[in-house]
Amino acid sequence: MESDIKLIDDNGKRLDGRTPDELRKIKIEAGVLHRAEGSCYLEWGGNKVMVAVYGPREALPRHTQNPLRAIVNARYNMAAFSVDDRKRPGPDRRSREISKVISEALEKVILVDKFPRAAIDVNIEVLNAEAGTRCAGLTAAGVALADAGIPLKDIPVACAAGKVDGHVVLDLGKEEDNFGDADLPIAISPRTNEILLLQMDGHLTVEEFDKALEMAINGCHIASGIQKKAIMDKYQNATEVK
Amino acid sequence: MTITPSIKRDYLSKLAEQGKRADGRTFNEFRKIEIETGLFSKAEGSAQVKIGNTQVVAGIKILIGTPYPDTPESGVMTTAAELIPMASPDFEAGPPREKAIELARVVDRGIRESKIIEVDKLCLEPGEAIWMVFIDIHIIDFDGNLFDASSLAALAALHNAVIPIERSRSDLEKLQEKFPSVKKYLEEHPTDYPLPLKEPPISCTTVKYNNALMIDPALDEEEIAEARLTVATDENGDIRAMQKGLNGSFTVEEIKKVIKASIDNGTKIREELYKSVGK
Amino acid sequence: MSQEKREIVIPSQLLGDTGGNKAGRGTFVENGKIYSEMLGILSKRSNCINVIPLKGRYNAIEGDFVIGIIQEAMASSWLVDINAPYPALLHVNEVPWDVEFGETEKYLNYGDSVMAKILQVDVEKKLQITLKDRNLYKIRGGHITYIEPSKVPRLIGKKGSMISLLKKYTRCRIFVGQNGRIWIDGDEDGVAKVIYAIRKIEKESLAFGLTNRIEELLRKNIKDVQ
Repeated sequence: MESDIKLIDDNGKRLDGRTPDELRKIKIEAGVLHRAEGSCYLEWGGNKVMVAVYGPREALPRHTQNPLRAIVNARYNMAAFSVDDRKRPGPDRRSREISKVISEALEKVILVDKFPRAAIDVNIEVLNAEAGTRCAGLTAAGVALADAGIPLKDIPVACAAGKVDGHVVLDLGKEEDNFGDADLPIAISPRTNEILLLQMDGHLTVEEFDKALEMAINGCHIASGIQKKAIMDKYQNATEVK
Repeated sequence: MTITPSIKRDYLSKLAEQGKRADGRTFNEFRKIEIETGLFSKAEGSAQVKIGNTQVVAGIKILIGTPYPDTPESGVMTTAAELIPMASPDFEAGPPREKAIELARVVDRGIRESKIIEVDKLCLEPGEAIWMVFIDIHIIDFDGNLFDASSLAALAALHNAVIPIERSRSDLEKLQEKFPSVKKYLEEHPTDYPLPLKEPPISCTTVKYNNALMIDPALDEEEIAEARLTVATDENGDIRAMQKGLNGSFTVEEIKKVIKASIDNGTKIREELYKSVGK
Repeated sequence: MSQEKREIVIPSQLLGDTGGNKAGRGTFVENGKIYSEMLGILSKRSNCINVIPLKGRYNAIEGDFVIGIIQEAMASSWLVDINAPYPALLHVNEVPWDVEFGETEKYLNYGDSVMAKILQVDVEKKLQITLKDRNLYKIRGGHITYIEPSKVPRLIGKKGSMISLLKKYTRCRIFVGQNGRIWIDGDEDGVAKVIYAIRKIEKESLAFGLTNRIEELLRKNIKDVQ
């Protein structure tokens, strides 16, 4: 869809005032729910997501059990009121696909061999959506998994890069997502820079892709620092008494 | 499924015999209630309510739609509730089952039948275009008493809701070309304005176990409850909705006691609600 | 009381290398480096690096005493919920009664609680428990509450110091299962006090001076505390 909006001006300033390599504001809180074993509330730009982790627990129905390892069930869902046009409740095809790629990304960093026949259930609920919900969701899931005491090789983190008006930029905002030329969400294991999730749509030359990938990885590392601080804040405070 | 050990059941029953509750509350006492509104920018209205550790989030979407044929000048409201798996190890993903459906319908009736939303003020063009109000309730942390938490979240979100003239401007302008009444409407309402509401009834739920009545049941108490009664009362102390659940029974005396406790607590909760929405 | 510095570590945190150190509990090794695999407290003992988990499900170890809740009575065994990722199996041969085939429900039924011991954990993490031991039995009366399994050591205290404090002041019988379930029996005020103290210990488990604060709480009347 063509638009007359200029997404990035001649000085490289984007619609929301950011520079091409600047992330939106991220705020993370760990351990916010009472029932769930691990949880996280995250704000990324205008995105607001809540994640709850249950497990490891017996995988049911029994036929889904893997005798050698735990299965990871990530469920990504958008609340009906999270978008401009109300979304009908229930998973649609987009949500199912996102759930699948997130599950696969998480499986790589969870030490699943320790829990044969078990399931680790990750519930990602998007309460307010503003471009980049799957990255926000996965990043929050990383914190919730650590908060649940699940053994991990690394805390996974995600971030997207893209192209608008011919410029490669980090962390697409909502207009950029709607009217931009390319979108590249990725998730990494920050300790090793291994790519756990990668999707792309739009049009990029190989050079643009390399640049976008590098930018997204850098964005991931910044978000990773915020994740780790959120976990430490929650538990460090526990050593002091109010 | 989380199993309640029979010992716990016996312990709570024994406490009830002595007029006590596990968390030290009296029979007529609610847990701490916290209400926050306006959290989600995409929703036309939103709220988060905590009753003890139970947490519920509600969002209001207001969109242009077509009226039902038998009420051509009336706006439309629907209520949906999701017991999402996040809230409890026992909630399963999937289409709503009876619990979620009953919850949504009871909350819906409480709002609809008491006519809190002035649906006759939501007409754009009779028979053609009206405002539709969608109430979506998400339970995110479950520690008992979903009825009251959901109903309160829905009410708080409604009090926070605005008719989205700005967001719908292009659709409204198209409509105004066809229907002069829409033009008049836009002149009267040039920008976003609060959803027209009347005084809300407040819902209070009581459970019965071992012949004791407990208001605002925590999860432990709900697990051993034999019968449950939800009563919604308005600012005049009149009854607007009731629902009895579970397979136990109430005596007439007990029902009267529950109604009185619901009126008393309803008043207190209504004050909390008004305080948090700035009324 | 020693003031140990409690260092909190998170998953993927680098703790040392295999050059001079051994990788203990809660850690994994990659390319000669030792990393934490979970959120926990760092514990270094003569060059062995361990991470003690701060959270997480109960990890069953043979010999642990636990409180289980009967989930299902089958023909010659019961399935018992012990708050682990999997239910445990209790075979009729592992109870002190003579149970006929198909008569399991007469002895233990859905919702009953038992004090049990972990008999066996196999490679596939299949768990078996037993009731055949002096201190094990079907529980009657009292109340059951719960604390996160990772906080059980704090509830018991060094050489049982914390749990003895609770027993002394409330005169309740208290049994703490390694799986986080706790059985309490006594008069209502005593039981209520114990539960309140347990909630406080759970919240402040990492803080220093907790034992003193709990002692203060226990001296008060239950009505002043709630």
